[in-house]
Amino acid sequence: MAVETSDTAPPPSGLDVTSILKDAGITALIAFALTIPLFGFRLVSLGTGQGIGLEQRWGLVAISVASVFLGRIALTVWQEKRRTMPREAASHGWSIKRYARPLLAGGAYALAGLAFCWPWLPFVDRWLLDMAILVLTYVMLGWGLNIVVGLAGLLDLGYVAFYAVGAYSYALLALNFDLTFWQCLPLAGAFAAFFGIVLGFPVLRLRGDYLAIVTLGFGEIIRIILLNWYEVTKGPDGLSGIPRPSFFGLPFKRNPPDGVTSFHQFFGLEYSSIQRIIFLYYVILLLALITNFFTLRIRKLPVGRAWEALREDEIACRSLGINARNTKLTAFSIGAMFAGFGGSFFATRQGFISPESFTFIESAIILAIVVLGGMGSQFGIVLAAVFLIGMTEFFRELEHFRMLAFGAGMVAIMVWRPRGLLAHRDPTIRLNGPPGDEIKGSSP
Amino acid sequence: MTDQSWEIPSGAAALLTVEHLTMRFGGLVAVDDVSFAAGTGEITAIIGPNGAGKTTVFNCLTGFYSPSVGRLLLRRDDRNFLLERMEGYRIAQKAGVARTFQNIRLFPQMSVLENLLVAQHNVLMRASGMTVLGLLGFASYRRAERAAVEKARYWLDQVGLTALADIDAGNLPYGAQRKLEIARAMCTGPALLCLDEPAAGLNPTESLELNELLLFIRNEHKIGILLIEHDMSVVMGISDHIIVLDYGRKISDGTPEHVRNDPTVIRAYLGEDEDEELPPEVMADLAINGEGDAPAT
Repeated sequence: MAVETSDTAPPPSGLDVTSILKDAGITALIAFALTIPLFGFRLVSLGTGQGIGLEQRWGLVAISVASVFLGRIALTVWQEKRRTMPREAASHGWSIKRYARPLLAGGAYALAGLAFCWPWLPFVDRWLLDMAILVLTYVMLGWGLNIVVGLAGLLDLGYVAFYAVGAYSYALLALNFDLTFWQCLPLAGAFAAFFGIVLGFPVLRLRGDYLAIVTLGFGEIIRIILLNWYEVTKGPDGLSGIPRPSFFGLPFKRNPPDGVTSFHQFFGLEYSSIQRIIFLYYVILLLALITNFFTLRIRKLPVGRAWEALREDEIACRSLGINARNTKLTAFSIGAMFAGFGGSFFATRQGFISPESFTFIESAIILAIVVLGGMGSQFGIVLAAVFLIGMTEFFRELEHFRMLAFGAGMVAIMVWRPRGLLAHRDPTIRLNGPPGDEIKGSSP
Repeated sequence: MTDQSWEIPSGAAALLTVEHLTMRFGGLVAVDDVSFAAGTGEITAIIGPNGAGKTTVFNCLTGFYSPSVGRLLLRRDDRNFLLERMEGYRIAQKAGVARTFQNIRLFPQMSVLENLLVAQHNVLMRASGMTVLGLLGFASYRRAERAAVEKARYWLDQVGLTALADIDAGNLPYGAQRKLEIARAMCTGPALLCLDEPAAGLNPTESLELNELLLFIRNEHKIGILLIEHDMSVVMGISDHIIVLDYGRKISDGTPEHVRNDPTVIRAYLGEDEDEELPPEVMADLAINGEGDAPAT
């Protein structure tokens, strides 16, 4: 599992000091070139009437270059150590593997339990609850995209387009036709799925990179339409006043209009804005769990297996009589449908949407969650979403440097788990009883 | 010059009739006016030197290429299918032509059993009510899946991979992967099984096992087998009917006995006599192009 680095591979035993130093030197040089514009200069005001001047911060540059240099040496040495001790690493991996399955299952249930109790835990405040909602939204989107990317192997860089379709479907339907959230939810899903099919038909004959580019373009098209179709979407102004969801017809309002009982009146509670947040939390939890159960189930059905088979080898699929186009279309539209659900939820939670929320970076983040989680792994996606979104939010005080934390998180996962956090795949059906007592296959 | 008859030496009923099949890639004629027939319950081998167009014939039959000229007629249960007009996946689905590939194409990250279930996709898809009934957990789907697993188990037993059913197909040894690909093709319930060099890379023991497997499929399941093979011990040992291609043309067609003694075949494989003069146009070609090998098919 040694990570391939770009440097020249030194001989297996012993550390090649010159090459390590050379490598670290090059890295430091790159860091130097990068840090000069990043840290090196700063615009400062010279006081009133004297305009602005440049402050030079060479000390900061020196510190960052030095830390990159030393860090690179440490990383190389550590990797070298790992590579020269393959036996130990292998046996170590084996012992982990042995307990991985029960551990993972236990972890998944524990996490689900934690998710259920989350709003009631003593330390959870409004901020943590909001963050949990955000993370769960990404988990759901990740699970939805996982159907397209992880199972069917179709690299979709425009997933956020379907998210936008769902959000705008709900907002427009609710604002113009007075439909409730629960009425709009299936409609929004259906619209998004329809868009998935519309996009899918012409482009699914493309593969790999080409498909990625076309979906990327599609994502931008949707965003630009939303931006420019002012009569319907209000363009860059966005849609505001989107109705909030109600609890089986009971709104979450302090002073409901006449003749309407609000949630806190019905249950005889003191009004608190947190009630709505908790409700929203459970809505997204439910939506996410539905996505999860749907995926887990459909993986064991012929269409789910056909998706995975398509990912593995499309030509072999054709030779077995599988209609590749239709199968891909189902994956695309079902993935889009879940994005549509997620989008409706986003719209109702924010109460305001604008094309700003549906930029390419969202697609990239969702894709990063799927890839870093380990393609196809449901639990891995949860971990990746918690890690990436949680980390970015956690470092919010660092302002724009928080994206550095995001990047560092990605790099860390790619260095330690190049195939994703949980890349293990269990067969969907077994012939010879439960795992563990199967005969280990000899590698060719 | 070329023998254009399409008769089956044993007189068996024709399952597949190929008439005047021609496949051109730009100026290159990979298959040139080839006609033959393959009988049901028989093993028909297509042999020939490298680049003779054998795999191209297969790709035309299984819908990966659409032939430039020719008719490919498959008779199954008294229904006729014109393969050259069908979409690739329908040839496998409706006409029942299954194939294996020269370079193995399994689903490496799926388990052995899953590979065999994917092969039964169309049956299972119908049973799962296009997924809806399956999602709701209908008993009829569960029954169908159990039947599919039993079918898979039957073929796993035949190729001796039952104990390895739950490991990833990509982790199987090479010989086992070859067998699994045949089992997977058989799980589609084909009328015609097209095997593209199934013995390539097998050791002599595995090669023998392959012979037995193919004979078993022929004798027990009474389907037609079309076989591309270089390993003459396989070809001569089990074929009922052999077709020889060279430079895209059919140069011989008949029983193994007939083909073995056919001077044109011997010449194609072993070359002309040294002192025999090349025709003038060939000499001219050689002078211009240096060499004009057809791409490996």
